[in-house]
Amino acid sequence: MSFDQAVLETCDLTISFGGHIAVNNVSCEFSRGSLTSIVGPNGAGKTTWFNLISGQLKATSGQVRLFGEDITGLGPARRSDKGLGRAFQLTNLFPNLTALENVRLAVASRHRIGHVFWQMASQRRDIADRALSYLEQVNLARRADTLVAALPHGDQRKLEVALMLALEPEVFMFDEPTAGMSVDEVPVILDLIADIKRRQNKVILLVEHKMDVVKSLSDRIVVLHNGELVADGEPSEVIASPIVQQVYLGASEQRVDDGEVASHD
Amino acid sequence: MMNQLLSGDAPRSGILTAVLLLIVISLAFGPFLFPGTRAFSTLGTICVFIIVVSAYDLMLGYTHIVSFAHTMFFGIGAYGIAMATDGMGNSFGAIASGLAGALILSLVLSLLLGLLSLRVRAIFFALVTLAVAFAFLSVVTQLYNLTGGEDGLRVRVPRELGPAFRPFDQPLPGFSVTRLITALVSDPGNPLQAFKGAIYEFRFTGRELMYYVVFFLSAGIFLFLLRLVNSPFGRVLQAIRENEFRAEALGYRTVYYRTAVVILSALLATVAGATFALINRYVNPENTLNFELMVFILLMSVIGGMGTLYGAVVGVALFTLAQNYLQDLLRWVGGYTEGIPLLAQLTGPDRWLLWFGLLFVLSVYFFPTGIVGQFRLWAGRRRRPT
Ligand SMILES: Nc1ncnc2c1ncn2[C@@H]1O[C@H](COP(=O)(O)OP(=O)(O)OP(=O)(O)O)[C@@H](O)[C@H]1O
Ligand SMILES: [Mg+2]
Repeated sequence: MSFDQAVLETCDLTISFGGHIAVNNVSCEFSRGSLTSIVGPNGAGKTTWFNLISGQLKATSGQVRLFGEDITGLGPARRSDKGLGRAFQLTNLFPNLTALENVRLAVASRHRIGHVFWQMASQRRDIADRALSYLEQVNLARRADTLVAALPHGDQRKLEVALMLALEPEVFMFDEPTAGMSVDEVPVILDLIADIKRRQNKVILLVEHKMDVVKSLSDRIVVLHNGELVADGEPSEVIASPIVQQVYLGASEQRVDDGEVASHD
Repeated sequence: MMNQLLSGDAPRSGILTAVLLLIVISLAFGPFLFPGTRAFSTLGTICVFIIVVSAYDLMLGYTHIVSFAHTMFFGIGAYGIAMATDGMGNSFGAIASGLAGALILSLVLSLLLGLLSLRVRAIFFALVTLAVAFAFLSVVTQLYNLTGGEDGLRVRVPRELGPAFRPFDQPLPGFSVTRLITALVSDPGNPLQAFKGAIYEFRFTGRELMYYVVFFLSAGIFLFLLRLVNSPFGRVLQAIRENEFRAEALGYRTVYYRTAVVILSALLATVAGATFALINRYVNPENTLNFELMVFILLMSVIGGMGTLYGAVVGVALFTLAQNYLQDLLRWVGGYTEGIPLLAQLTGPDRWLLWFGLLFVLSVYFFPTGIVGQFRLWAGRRRRPT
């Protein structure tokens, strides 16, 4: 087994929504221990690409491969079982359950106990304890018993990340994890991502608009524009490349690395 | 211990606990408290329908699947027993093979329905179940030679479950609650006489034996379902109900869970149908397959409170009592309204459904979460007064 073998690959991945091609022939490989940032302006197709990888959308053509296996035909649940973890850009939780119950569902899925009907859920202290430990990791332990619908937006974003951590995936897909968070909350999530990168030999994909974040965390940057992959490489190279300057700033003179790349928040 | 038995899902309301205790005690000691064949059959019906409605609640209340095919599975169980005993004689072997055949047929049909819920959603699924149930009803009515058509079939039970079987030599003592109350109301000055008059003797026969089989089966199935909805499996059902898209993204293949629920609910309805055949000893389309019966099951779920399971017990008890005794009440009222043109029309005994409908509309209006939901709401308010 070579070190560089791709964990995740998309091959000529394409999807069109009634003629509008949102992701166009995107081929890309991701190997272990790397953090790749995916950048591009609003509507570039980043989230759609993620949806194709994690199975929420079915590709019009092309393939998704995980550990060499073609998973294009599988639904999201099977892909999750195989190790694709996804945190959604638009918070997508169980609003009328508590924060702890939300994470507990993820832990129970990871431990494959969803079919267990003869035990009381409350008897599985092990599951609850693990769930609580993930809440602690995102600084939400004190909110364990709060209904998700009653949580502030920033806390819901953190919970979204906690659910993915609880799945213990091989591939972490963060879709703008810090969007809409207050300034003092952002470091919690960024430290967490840095921590996963340092301690686990996994694949991390990060969609992020804050360029300083992207620069400091990534090993590699992939640029999407109008559904096409327009640049891919070392962070400093990609940011300096003329095409990126053009994609992001058009006529403007300002350079990308001065701050935020897109009109977000 | 109690917590284990109820799977940590207590009634959570004082009044509800009292009502449930009253129902459980009445059912557990039924033959010793309520003499007469009518009361006996009411008790049996309640036990059978607690299985039917709690299985339906698993589907409707806990998983939000609307199916109108529940009576079909109930009918399959009932006809399975009736046809098997009709063809093979009144042996336990016939009962076993009738039940086995019915369960297999229900399994196949519910599996198909469950997989269908993968393709079509909510309202279309409900319509398909309705169509399937109607088709089944007309097949049963048509196949006169096998099913007796509209006339139905008598069920010949083994001797051990019939009135000829006497497990005890002596008659057993009973204490008639109904007689006691009637006596106390009509002659309040003489409680001692009332108590004495309430004591009676009755023969414990195979029929009573069968009743207790149904009672314990019903209790067992109810506790099993209570465990199921509070298990990790039940939590997944809750997740699917809340946000199916997210449940799927977390790795739960929601169609499997939904199919499992449809199948389990169907099999339990089949078992209930089988016990109904044995305790009622007469099966026809009207008492097992009718659309009216399906509506009654729906009403019992809604009145009791969906998604609580306890609601099934309360709903069934209340509905069955109303169905059996509202007519008496109306007949009694009718005695006074005779001759008054419109009122006499409205209080005829066959108008019970009209009055029940009115009670239903009022109860849904005032208790949208059902009786159990309302009791729990009151209990919650008392605990946290604001
Ligand atoms: N289900 C859909 N049906 C039709 N069009 C869609 C659908 N999903 C996405 N699109 C279109 O595909 C394009 C890419 O959208 P996508 O959400 O992937 O962009 P993005 O890069 O994630 O943008 P943002 O930075 O705003 O999150 C957009 O033009 C969008 O309107
Ligand atoms: Mg997006």
